[in-house]
Formats: sequence, C-alpha cells, structure tokens
Amino acid sequence: MTSASSLYGLIAEFADEHTLVDAVRRARADGYRNLDAYAPFSVEGLSDALGFRKDRVALLTLLGGIVGGTGVYFLQWYTAVIDYPINAGGRPLHSWPAFIPATFEMTVLGAALAAFFGMLILNGLPRLNHPIFNAPDFDLASRNRFFLCIEAADPRFDATLTRRFLHELDPLKVGEVPR
Amino acid sequence: MSLVATNSGKPLRESALPVLKGGYSYASISDKISDIVLTRPTHWGWVVGFTLCSVLTLLLVGAMSYLFYKGVGIWGVNVPIAWAFALTNFVWWVGIGHAGTFISAFLLLLRQKWRTSINRFAEAMTIFAVAMAGLMPILHLGRPWFFYWLIPYPDIMNVWPQWRSPLVWDIFAIGTYIIVSILFWYMGLIPDLATLRDRASSRAKQIVYGLGALGWRGEARQWRRFDTAYLLMAGLATPLVISVHSVVSLDFSIGNTPGWHSTIFPPYFVAGALFSGFAMALTISIPLRAIFGLKDFITLRHLDNIGKIMLVCGLIVAYSYLMEIFMAFYSGDEFDQYMILNRMRGPYAPIYWIVILFNVVLPQSLWFKRIRLSVGTLFVLSIVVNIGMWLERFMIIVTSLHRDFLPSSWDMFYPTFWDWAILVGSLGAFGWLFLMFVRFLPAISISEMRKLVLEKKEGEA
Repeated sequence: MTSASSLYGLIAEFADEHTLVDAVRRARADGYRNLDAYAPFSVEGLSDALGFRKDRVALLTLLGGIVGGTGVYFLQWYTAVIDYPINAGGRPLHSWPAFIPATFEMTVLGAALAAFFGMLILNGLPRLNHPIFNAPDFDLASRNRFFLCIEAADPRFDATLTRRFLHELDPLKVGEVPR
Repeated sequence: MSLVATNSGKPLRESALPVLKGGYSYASISDKISDIVLTRPTHWGWVVGFTLCSVLTLLLVGAMSYLFYKGVGIWGVNVPIAWAFALTNFVWWVGIGHAGTFISAFLLLLRQKWRTSINRFAEAMTIFAVAMAGLMPILHLGRPWFFYWLIPYPDIMNVWPQWRSPLVWDIFAIGTYIIVSILFWYMGLIPDLATLRDRASSRAKQIVYGLGALGWRGEARQWRRFDTAYLLMAGLATPLVISVHSVVSLDFSIGNTPGWHSTIFPPYFVAGALFSGFAMALTISIPLRAIFGLKDFITLRHLDNIGKIMLVCGLIVAYSYLMEIFMAFYSGDEFDQYMILNRMRGPYAPIYWIVILFNVVLPQSLWFKRIRLSVGTLFVLSIVVNIGMWLERFMIIVTSLHRDFLPSSWDMFYPTFWDWAILVGSLGAFGWLFLMFVRFLPAISISEMRKLVLEKKEGEA
C-alpha cells in the first residue's frame, strides 16, 4: 500500500456515464469537494454535478473580440487620418465604411484566439505530465471508461473510509493514484 | 446550465437512412476510427493517389520556382487581361473551403447530427483549400517577395496600407479565415489526439500524438470549457465564412469594369462558394468512405443531404445568373448589355454555355432521390459542378476584362503550359495534404462519434 503522502488520490472506474454522474452526486452529497471526473466525451450535466458553473471562456472571448475590433479600427483611423493621410478623390480621411471589413475580421480573430487560448490556459494545458496518468487503466479514459478521482488533498479524505465509500458506488474497480 | 445543449433524453429522429449504422459501442467506434491511423495497413488506393499527388505537387513547386525566377510573363496574362488563372484559382479554392466551415460550424449551431462524421475531414478540406487559395494572389504579384506590404506594420518607409482598397480587406479576411479554421480544427482534434496517444503502441507515436494532445485528460471541467469554446468558435466562424467570400467578391465589384460592378456579387459569390465546396466534399468523401471502409459512418444519408444542399446552392447561383442578365438590360447600361451578349455569343461563348449546362441544368437531376442515392452518379455530378464553378469564375474574370470600355484595347487570353501547371499542381498539392491528413490523423471526430453512439442508444431506449 502506498503511503498517504505519496498518494494523489483514489480512483473508481465506471462502465457508463450515468453511473459516473450518480457517483459524483453521491460523493458531493457525502461532503467530498476535491473531486475530478474523467470521461471520453463531454457528458451532459457532469460539470454541473461537480458544482462547476462559471467557465469564464465566454467572457474572455468577448474581451478578445472587443480588443481585436477596437484595436484595428484605431489603427486604421490613426494611420489614415493622423500618420499617413492620403486624399483619394476627395473622400474624407476618416472614411469609416471602408474601415468596417478589417474591423469585422479582426473582431472575429481576436475573439477566436481568446476562445482557443483562454480554453487552454483555464484548463491548465498544455501540461504533459499529471499524476492522474499514473492511475490504473487510465488509458481507457479516452476510449470507453469513466473515472471518478477523490484527491488525497480533500479534507474528508481517509485512505480506508474513502476506499470503502468508492466501493459502494457500483464501480468496475477502485485503484490508487500514486503521485 | 451548459451552453452546449444536446438532444439527450429526446430520441433521435431515425429515418430510413441512419446517420450511423447500428451496433457500435464507445470502444468499438474509438477503435475503428483510430485503427485507420494506428494499425491498418496502407491501402493500395491510398498509395496510388499519394504517388500521383506527389508528382503533381512537384510540378507545382517547379512551376512556382520558374515563376519566381522568370516573372508573371510565363503566363498568358497581359494588359488588358492581367487577372486570369491565378485569380480564378484563388476564388475557386476559397470557395471550396467554405463548405468545410459551413458543415462544421453552421450545422453545429443548427444541431444537425449528420455533420458529426463528416466535420473533421470537411474542416481539413477547408484548411488545405484555403492554403492553396492563399498561394495564388502571392504568385500573381509582380514582386511576390513584397506581399507582406499589405500587412500594417510600422516600417522605415513610413507608409501604411490603403484601407479603402478591397485588396487590403482581402488579406485580413483570408488571414483571419485560415487562422480561425486551423484553431477550430485543431481544437476538435485535441481529445482525439489523446485517444491516439493512449492507444498507440510505439513510443514514437505516443510522443508525437501526446505532444499534439497537449496533455488532455478528459476532465469534466476541461470538457465544459472545451464545449463553450467550441460553440463560440462555431458562432464566430459562421459569420466569418459569409464575410470571407463577400470580401473576395468586393475585389471585383468595387471596380467599375462591366460585369463586376454589381451589388449582387457578395451573396452570388457565397452561394457559388458553398455550391462548389459541397461538390468537393462529395468528391472527397465518396472515395474516402470506400477506401477506408467508412460506409458505416459516412452513410447514404450524408450523401443525400449534401446533394440537397448542393441543389439549393445551385438554384441560388442560377438565380444570380438570371439577375445578372436582367439587371444588365434593366439598367440600360450599354456596356453591361454588351458584356452579357459577349459572354453568350463572343469568343468565350462555349465557356458560358458549359457553365450554364454544368451549374444550372445538370444539377437539377438532384431533385430526384434516386440520383442522390446513387453514389456513382453523385461522384460524376460533383466533378461536373467543380469544373462548372471553376469555369464560372474564369468567365467572370476574363470575359469582363477582355472587352471593356475601349474597343482599341480589346484582346484575348490564352493559357500557357505554366498556367495549367499551377492549376493542376495546386490540385495535386491539395490532394497530397489531404492524403497525409487521412493517414496520420483521425478523419472522423472520435469523441463526437461517442456522443452520437450515446444519443442513438438513448433514442432506441
């Protein structure tokens, strides 16, 4: 048996998504808070069951769009009016309708970059090494198995009691995740 | 509440043509798709295609090298027809890209389940087509090494791009389009790369796919942020795709050349783009499903649906042709009227009538379900539409330029060997990239297919 300090957590393996969502709900009801659930696809309601509600990706995307759009509009105004004014057929220097296409494109680009990199950074990726990869059978988490890990950092964690609790959740098996 | 709402709980509407053949589990669907990349021996069809495409790619590289050495004079272009094959290829390739984004983004927003098994390779098609498109405007520059002057940056010459020029809008549109397409495609690939990482047997594959997967763990919070970001990207890509071909059409319609100076151009070009793009999606998916044994995933339902979309886009294109003629005569502008009559009866008349035959007449056969379910006919029809749309772009560009306002400057355009080499070579390079993609990356989104398995299961329960 691994000593408590070198243990990342205990992990239970499930055969389908319903058992996993149920298990997460029961673990939360039992007072566990440092839980991680793993699934091979996005399971409806799983993050809600974990009590995770605000993902902040949408906010970052909005900010990215605003920065991209206003940034390039300002650049167009500054270069066409202040820094390099050209009189083209008597058109006003600040000819805003002609500035719209680039503004639109950069709004989309700023928002898309923010959505992509915001998602990665908030998810803590890239992170190639993680204790959970030491878990038994974890290669199946990207195929057909569903996992619930109760971290040793949880205040209610107790190697024996938590293991017993996990066994009650109808898992295929329960294992240890070494750090 | 999760941003990504699904139909779970509600049964999937099962028609006689299923989106996915029955009997698949999470495990078997994961294995079947990933084995194409990991374990399946290379099919002879792939080897033949790859060899041919490699030769054509070399032809493109050779033609480009000679072009850079000698200049655009090796092509048949001259005043007044300074734009010909390069711009035709550009507009055509960008258009082909549009169907991929339409399938992956717009159909996602509309919750069309049938998009799931075709979105990945449709996105790849977009990226490779836009890459080919992006080459063309650079190649047709007199001094291609200065193409970056279109990008605004503080330089020592103290000049800035001319913001009122559609060519500057173009680089923003195409640049944004290729970056967003790559991000969207790569983001969808991350969970699948994790699957390949976990299933790869050799150390080298584990490392390469593992680096690509960025350490994806499939944790519930990761999935939640992934879903939100994916949905937002789809929401952004949908207006983007409309804007890109609209901006491309403005390259023409801002100019006062007869046949170009028309407000119908943006929607006309977008419809044409989707028309040729869906045709290319068929041209690719029909051999793909045969060679890689994907008929369970890319079913007749998909071919049927693509056929219907092609029919609709084709009708919009036909309407645009009709409106072009109507507006020329309704406007009373004699140059516009001459342009239309010249297209129909002038030296390029055969091209006009082939365009009408290929883009308007023959696609009407798609009204019949028999045709939409006949794989061979669809394949032929898709190639017909691809050719028809290329010729349409050629017709718009060349017939307008070759006889403009001043009869003394009228001339003809004849392509040279190097014109053809760039066109055929770009087809080869596109095919080469695509074949590399299907061999080394999962051509179907595995994680989304698992979800489809779940929904099918719930629908049956």
